[in-house]
Amino acid sequence: MPGRPEQHEPVTLDTFLRGLWEENPVFVMLLGMCPVLAVTNSAINALAMGLASTFVLVASNSLVSLLRHYIPKQVRIATYIIIIATFVTMVDYAIQAISLDLYNALGAFIQLIVVNCMILGRAEAYASKQPLGATVVNGLGIGAGFTLALLSLGVVREVLGSGSLFGVSLFGENFQPWVVMILPPGGFFVLGTWLLIFAAFRLRKQRRTELGEVAQHER
Amino acid sequence: MIQEGTAQSPVSPALTRSMLRTLGLVATLSGLLVVLSYRITLPIIEENKRLAIERALFKVIPGAISRQDFMITDRGIELAQSDLQGTALYAGYGQDGRLKGVALEAAAAGYQDVIRILYGYDPYCQCIRGIEVLKMAETPGIGDKIAKDPVFQENFTALEARANATGDGLERAIVLVKQGEKSEAWQIDAISGATISSKAIARMLNDSAQRYVPLIQNNLAVMEPAS
Amino acid sequence: MNADSVTFIFLNAAIVNNFVLAMFLGICPFLGVSAKRDTALSMGLAVIFVMLVSSICAYGINWLLKLFEIEYLRLICYIAVIASAVQLVEMTMKKFSPALFRALGIFLPLITTNCAILGVALFQTSREYNFLQSLAFSLGAGVGFTIALMLMAGLRQHLELAKVPNVSQGAALTLMLAGLLSLAFMGFAGLGAQHG
Repeated sequence: MPGRPEQHEPVTLDTFLRGLWEENPVFVMLLGMCPVLAVTNSAINALAMGLASTFVLVASNSLVSLLRHYIPKQVRIATYIIIIATFVTMVDYAIQAISLDLYNALGAFIQLIVVNCMILGRAEAYASKQPLGATVVNGLGIGAGFTLALLSLGVVREVLGSGSLFGVSLFGENFQPWVVMILPPGGFFVLGTWLLIFAAFRLRKQRRTELGEVAQHER
Repeated sequence: MIQEGTAQSPVSPALTRSMLRTLGLVATLSGLLVVLSYRITLPIIEENKRLAIERALFKVIPGAISRQDFMITDRGIELAQSDLQGTALYAGYGQDGRLKGVALEAAAAGYQDVIRILYGYDPYCQCIRGIEVLKMAETPGIGDKIAKDPVFQENFTALEARANATGDGLERAIVLVKQGEKSEAWQIDAISGATISSKAIARMLNDSAQRYVPLIQNNLAVMEPAS
Repeated sequence: MNADSVTFIFLNAAIVNNFVLAMFLGICPFLGVSAKRDTALSMGLAVIFVMLVSSICAYGINWLLKLFEIEYLRLICYIAVIASAVQLVEMTMKKFSPALFRALGIFLPLITTNCAILGVALFQTSREYNFLQSLAFSLGAGVGFTIALMLMAGLRQHLELAKVPNVSQGAALTLMLAGLLSLAFMGFAGLGAQHG
């Protein structure tokens, strides 16, 4: 924005890695949950959705970052939404052209990338203040984090729910699939379990630092 | 200069201009991108759809190796042309060039979303020879058996769909019966536990056949190759 | 019951294929605004209202787009019109019914990016519903959303007093609850078949 000095941050490896772990959009910030739950009933769907979202995120945020000096504050949200919707429409057609089966499997959720709060949130909080390079790197990081989260759900659900991975059968004939895993409740359960695991990690880390502080005090 | 909180203060003409300019620019840009990607992908998408139809077509008309598109219009059945409005009908021909059967699309609301299928109809035995699900969002492991379950598919090897004497419908409607109770040629064995999906298939087949089977029978000559 | 009948579409969207618990639309507000029962109710009402408005808008736009054969602009038009419709509704409400505005007002901007709203518009288009069917569908979706939100809020208010392990506090517990609710809602699946 004119009249406000920009504080650019240096582009480091951390700009990328932060999105993958510390600010993981799904596991830490709980953003963009709808596609995470809806399309992760198989690993390939999850991967496609993750890549599509990443493309939209990086492309739209790059454009926002390039235009950031020209967008008046009052209409910024509208502008961002139009930009995002454009790229989503492009992805929608691209996926139709690549594979109709995939398009049918993902259904309306490709178009619903538009309202993924993760993308709008990044445009507002990061791309509108940072230069192109940092935005692209950060967007790639966040996108990779999102894809990772989708995959970690998709793999678990496909392996347990249909006994296969990326369509390749794993366990042979005798495996009785846990159908519930590919049904809606399975999505909630698997995501809940992942969040539990993450919370356990965080708690342990917290306790360690606390213990460390106490130890320092006693010394 | 634009400051924080300008939203409350009156909007200056300069600001209005800059807002209009930005929105106009962005809208133009996005319009350009969308139209561009639409134009580029359109032929590929059409080709994909054609391939998908063809793959399904040769599956539902046993023995077919080539096809010809027709259109069901108000006047009967005609060769498909781009400016013709109507329902698409595909005729499949065998190795010897003889008409093996015709395929039609049918659709009905299933459990989650609309189920669209392609079914093959053999005008000589007056029966349905096969179905292929084109699009569905049925529950995996339950409703999606309509596409994969071999026992259910068995229903459609020779499902009777005979035109009645007056030529305005089927002699006997296609009906769904409970699993294992199929005793007549015009009955479909349901998948137990997937009643809604099975019912949707039966309903769409019956609706479509009631409407089109007499028409197909009356216009067979159009599709049969001249010999 | 016929699959195209208005009652079936309503029941289907509200209960059998509950928008939140079976189709995963509107998860963000479902997790975010379900802590208290009264806020959950206000949010639900606001969503029902916006859904109806945007469903009508979407129906009109789709008709226009088809008329000019520019369906590839559908997504952009939908999102732009829904966003502005929400703002218009907000302004009208503020002027003519301040009481209603106080009750629902703060939720309205939040709703714009609720994927359930756009979801209704997209699904009614892809299923080719007519005007009445679209209305029934959007109303059903809104009611279903409210039911899910209210149930969740009730459960969470009870759980506030319960002792749970530190690890499972917050989002993880909410998701597990949602999974159980979703499992329970799957029991409604036979509803449509009974009348068929």
